[in-house]
Amino acid sequence: MLPPGVNAKDFADALKQFEGAAGKQWVFTSDEDVALYRDAYSPFWGEPEERVASAAVAPGKVEEVQAVMKIANEYRIPVYPISTGKNLGYGGSAPNLSGSVVLDLKRMNRILDVSERNHSALVEPGVSYFDLYRYIQEHKLKVWVDVPDPGWGSPVGNSLDHGGGYLQPMYRNHFDSHCGMEVVLANGEVMRTGMGAMPGAETWQQYKFGYGPWVDGMFSQSNFGVVTKMGFWLMPEPDAYLTGTVTVPKYEDLIAMIDILTFLENSGVSNGMPGLGSPILGGFMMPPRAPEVTALLEKNGVASPELHKYAQDKGVPFWSCTVKFYGPAKAIRAQWEYAQEKFSAIPGAKFKDDEFYKFPLTPDQFDKVHKPEMGIPSLEMFSIGARSPFNPTPGNGHIWFSPIIPRTGEAVLEANKVFAQAAKDFGLPLLSFSLPTTYWMRAFIFLFGFPITHDVATNKKNRENFKQIVRVAAEHGWGEYRTAPAFQDEVMNTYSFNNHALRRFHETVKDAVDPNGIISAGRYGIWPKHLRGTKA
Amino acid sequence: MRLLIFLALASCAFGADQATIQKGEKVFDYWCATCHGAGALPGTVALRVKYKGEKPAMLSERTDLTPAVTKIFVRKGVSIMPFFRKTEVSDADLDAIGAYLARNNNTASH
Repeated sequence: MLPPGVNAKDFADALKQFEGAAGKQWVFTSDEDVALYRDAYSPFWGEPEERVASAAVAPGKVEEVQAVMKIANEYRIPVYPISTGKNLGYGGSAPNLSGSVVLDLKRMNRILDVSERNHSALVEPGVSYFDLYRYIQEHKLKVWVDVPDPGWGSPVGNSLDHGGGYLQPMYRNHFDSHCGMEVVLANGEVMRTGMGAMPGAETWQQYKFGYGPWVDGMFSQSNFGVVTKMGFWLMPEPDAYLTGTVTVPKYEDLIAMIDILTFLENSGVSNGMPGLGSPILGGFMMPPRAPEVTALLEKNGVASPELHKYAQDKGVPFWSCTVKFYGPAKAIRAQWEYAQEKFSAIPGAKFKDDEFYKFPLTPDQFDKVHKPEMGIPSLEMFSIGARSPFNPTPGNGHIWFSPIIPRTGEAVLEANKVFAQAAKDFGLPLLSFSLPTTYWMRAFIFLFGFPITHDVATNKKNRENFKQIVRVAAEHGWGEYRTAPAFQDEVMNTYSFNNHALRRFHETVKDAVDPNGIISAGRYGIWPKHLRGTKA
Repeated sequence: MRLLIFLALASCAFGADQATIQKGEKVFDYWCATCHGAGALPGTVALRVKYKGEKPAMLSERTDLTPAVTKIFVRKGVSIMPFFRKTEVSDADLDAIGAYLARNNNTASH
């Protein structure tokens, strides 16, 4: 396969020069090697539309990245940088534009600094969360990395794609927790942001903004440069961790419960990622749902007064919220007490103490805990999709529909009503009542998995459903926070205020910083001039 | 000379050398054990459910995995397990994993 718009001779010449820049063994051109860059969870698996690479080049240091970019720019070769390529469900290591050369940065795997005094790190793109965690353990440093779940990706890649984790809010949003970048531009020039722009500054991982416009955001979910280093703030290992659960009896109580939770979080009283649940509806981490409840839900949905009466008659609380605290043992016990006072404003609220740990964990505790909440990377989350007693015939992966929903009970109830109706309309399996699974400081993220199979007809149907549900969500003002390349154009189209002013601005920037349009064409709906309009 | 030929043949018959196996164990621990290690990890649970006790759930306890089979799973993936690129698991690393997982195989049957 040739990159689009590139003739065979130029491509051969460029590949030869890539070999000179990165080393012959780090340029992959055989079908067998290039196939390893396919997206294992591609919703187009095996179809002509599947986005596949023409080749891959894996530079080992920033100077090699610069050399590769200069060559690519000269020959107009589309390149697609990846960090560890483990963004499964959001595109993996495959490019948006078929025929691109994947710029595989996995070999750039140096941990350049971990500071126990500043609680920060500086890493290259190929460093995985496991690598950073292991380094910290080996050096016995008292810092925690906020890891996503599963955690085999990289801090650089995950944060650039706006991923998140579980720890205190200032670390949980991974892009928010970064501090300083090094970026190779399309012409091969290297740039540093924040204090890194000042030669000799010792504050690259201390002060984010440096001087002038803060441009870091432009390199996330975009295609304006190749990030080759990033700084991150790490969480000091806390003294202790405590969780407690509040339950409230009535359907309407969700509204007050979320308001109180939001107050506690925005005040810094509770600082771990909370967990909302419903004892009556059951679901993930909850007791199984009673058959009577399923029957009532199928009849009239979650807003059914009969269901509410059933819950009250049986004395089963409608909602629960697990509140989590990191900090000094004495302080977090007092914070939990204060949280209980606040939640007591809801008549019938009940409380239960859950976990309490001091650090470091004992080996028994280590085995028992949900590891990412302790800053420990894990792949246990894959058990949701893998073969198990509950899932005897696993599929081949998943993609996520993940809209941002306002942080209110009203919005959660409304979103469920709308998505349940959409599921009925489109013939999707009924989306059982869903609560937010990720919590930003001031917004919720819903996560709905769509299965990926190797059956073309099923994937086609799921793709159509996915696009429809993106559209329905957007009609209500609920936008995807992140999506797989297969749907990035559709999602960008929903951010359409003032005749797509934002996308047009992205395009203006793209044309200025990457005039030949060689970096990640199409990523997050940003196409270079010569391909614009043909793809979106 | 005869002894050398015998040793060479023996080394083929009884698999890889100890250093390769040790390297394989290290690479396995780094790349594979996070899913296929001890405990309720997804890869181990999946194989326990698949083989229902006929074979060990943990790959490191298997005696029927040839290096060729290991290679296929690592480079082709299976179910929700993706395949691994050569910048992650190099061919040499993969040979070492293959040697490690085959270390207890009954070579007479091959």
